[in-house]
Amino acid sequence: MERSVVFAGFGGQGLLFAGQVLAHAAVIDELEVLWIPSYGPEMRGGTASCTVIVGDEPIGSPVVDRVDVAVAMNPPSVAKFGRQVAPGGLLIANSSLVEEAYGRDDVEELQVPCTALAREAGDDRLVSLIALGALIARRPIVRPAAVRAAIRKVVAARQPDALRADLAAFAVGLRAGREPVRGRAAAPAPDAAR
Amino acid sequence: MTKRRRVLMKGNEAIAEAAIRASCDAYFGYPITPQAELFEWMARRMPEEGRVFVQAESELGAINMALGAAATGARVLVSSSGPGISLMGEAMSYLAGSELPVVVVDVMRGGPGLGSIGPSQSDYLLATKGHGHGDYRVPVLAPSSIAEAMELVATAFELAERYRTPVFILADGILGQAMEPVEQRYRDPPRSEAPWAVGGAAGRPPRVVRSLHLEPEALEAHNERLQAKYREIAGGEVRWAGERLDDADLAIVAYGTAARVARTAVARARAEGLRPGLFRPITLWPFPERELAEVASRVRGVLVVELSAGQMLEDVRLAVEGRLPVAFHGRTGGMVPTPDGVIDALRRLEARVRPAWTLPLVEAAALDRRPDPDTFSLFGDDAWRPLETTPRGER
Repeated sequence: MERSVVFAGFGGQGLLFAGQVLAHAAVIDELEVLWIPSYGPEMRGGTASCTVIVGDEPIGSPVVDRVDVAVAMNPPSVAKFGRQVAPGGLLIANSSLVEEAYGRDDVEELQVPCTALAREAGDDRLVSLIALGALIARRPIVRPAAVRAAIRKVVAARQPDALRADLAAFAVGLRAGREPVRGRAAAPAPDAAR
Repeated sequence: MTKRRRVLMKGNEAIAEAAIRASCDAYFGYPITPQAELFEWMARRMPEEGRVFVQAESELGAINMALGAAATGARVLVSSSGPGISLMGEAMSYLAGSELPVVVVDVMRGGPGLGSIGPSQSDYLLATKGHGHGDYRVPVLAPSSIAEAMELVATAFELAERYRTPVFILADGILGQAMEPVEQRYRDPPRSEAPWAVGGAAGRPPRVVRSLHLEPEALEAHNERLQAKYREIAGGEVRWAGERLDDADLAIVAYGTAARVARTAVARARAEGLRPGLFRPITLWPFPERELAEVASRVRGVLVVELSAGQMLEDVRLAVEGRLPVAFHGRTGGMVPTPDGVIDALRRLEARVRPAWTLPLVEAAALDRRPDPDTFSLFGDDAWRPLETTPRGER
């Protein structure tokens, strides 16, 4: 079975990174995976997104008609990807920046104040790892331990100083996903979050 | 499950590393999206290995530097995307005329002109039919996964040196940008003795690398030799893969990324009651025409899927020779066909080629067409006798 996840938000929110962590975790869990970024000009400042497809068999189509999970970290991403979630799928919205629920009754909507939680954890750029934690709590596509191992693998190579904060952010996300916070909570002003 | 040692690699980087492990001596390039990471990987890794990396002043410079390096017997890689590849057309003709081995990677993007940086397969005709001037052909390899791209890099160097010819690897933006787990199995093909290589000629007759032959007789003889070489390649180097063709009654023909979309579409369509299979050319030139013709003799219709307005479609039609309907589904400009889009196209084709015996009586009669003679008739041989039974010549 193939499961697809799109990560979308502002450039700088670490969405491509979170997608890569998920892809590495899938390799650790001996699954097949394909990670594909949107590599267009939107990467240069606007919205950024990547799609990760995880499966038991080699991945066929690198493009998906519908995604099983959309991780939308800003309002334009909710607007764009909210409708692409397959019925029965999961939409994770960053309630720090997205004021209202998307309002589909055929998908599970999870509102996590990712920006606020990231700030509490010490760094705005941890937004996407918090979202990844919430995602794994609701849809265990890979094992949480595999995600932690993937974070160690990817971060240790690039920014060993950030490892502790990244692992903490993932743990915060896991908890937030298990006890979802509905509605907005302790949201900073959207401008400040950018 | 057996533990496999796999690493996650980006297509562009995997191609670059495969070339390094295949003992590529020199790389020449100029940055362009969506192959930038290939260039960057070479910029970092080639000096580490003590080999040559040059960022040329343009793609024209890069391909002509490659020509010079290949003339000395070096194993050479060049990469670019559409706009840069177009600039290289002149030198590709010179490489073919001078019979020099260079591997050129084209990570295709949307065109024409500067087009977009989105994925595309719109350089098929350029790579397989045209590009530079003169009577020449270039082997074209089309990987469909990152693992296959790594393997085909080694194959490309082998073909280039065995036949003394430039070789294309035709990838697309998705294959270049995506990451997939791969086993780090690299192949380093044995070196040719490079009997063309220029250098010090002490103790042997001098060698000349050129494409200029001013005497018509000499140039014709040169061309005939080239053509004989191309016939040899066409006869011995065809590569393709088939999936679920054994019981298929429809065949999708697709390569590269389009073949992956088609593979997903085949699985879904079969779950919905259709019976498609996938014919995937790996060499685009030489095109697997005999192999496709054989498959076409066993199905009722063919659907070509491309990230283009229909380029490989021409080769498919030539191979099928009008014996059965050939439909097309493609997207352009950086758009990618979706599995559901392919299935819709399959359904339209299936409706066109559905054998008469599956239709209600009146409809079948109205169709006025000969049922497939191999089709089992539920009502005996005479029940669906075609309306036209007399050969035309006897009327």
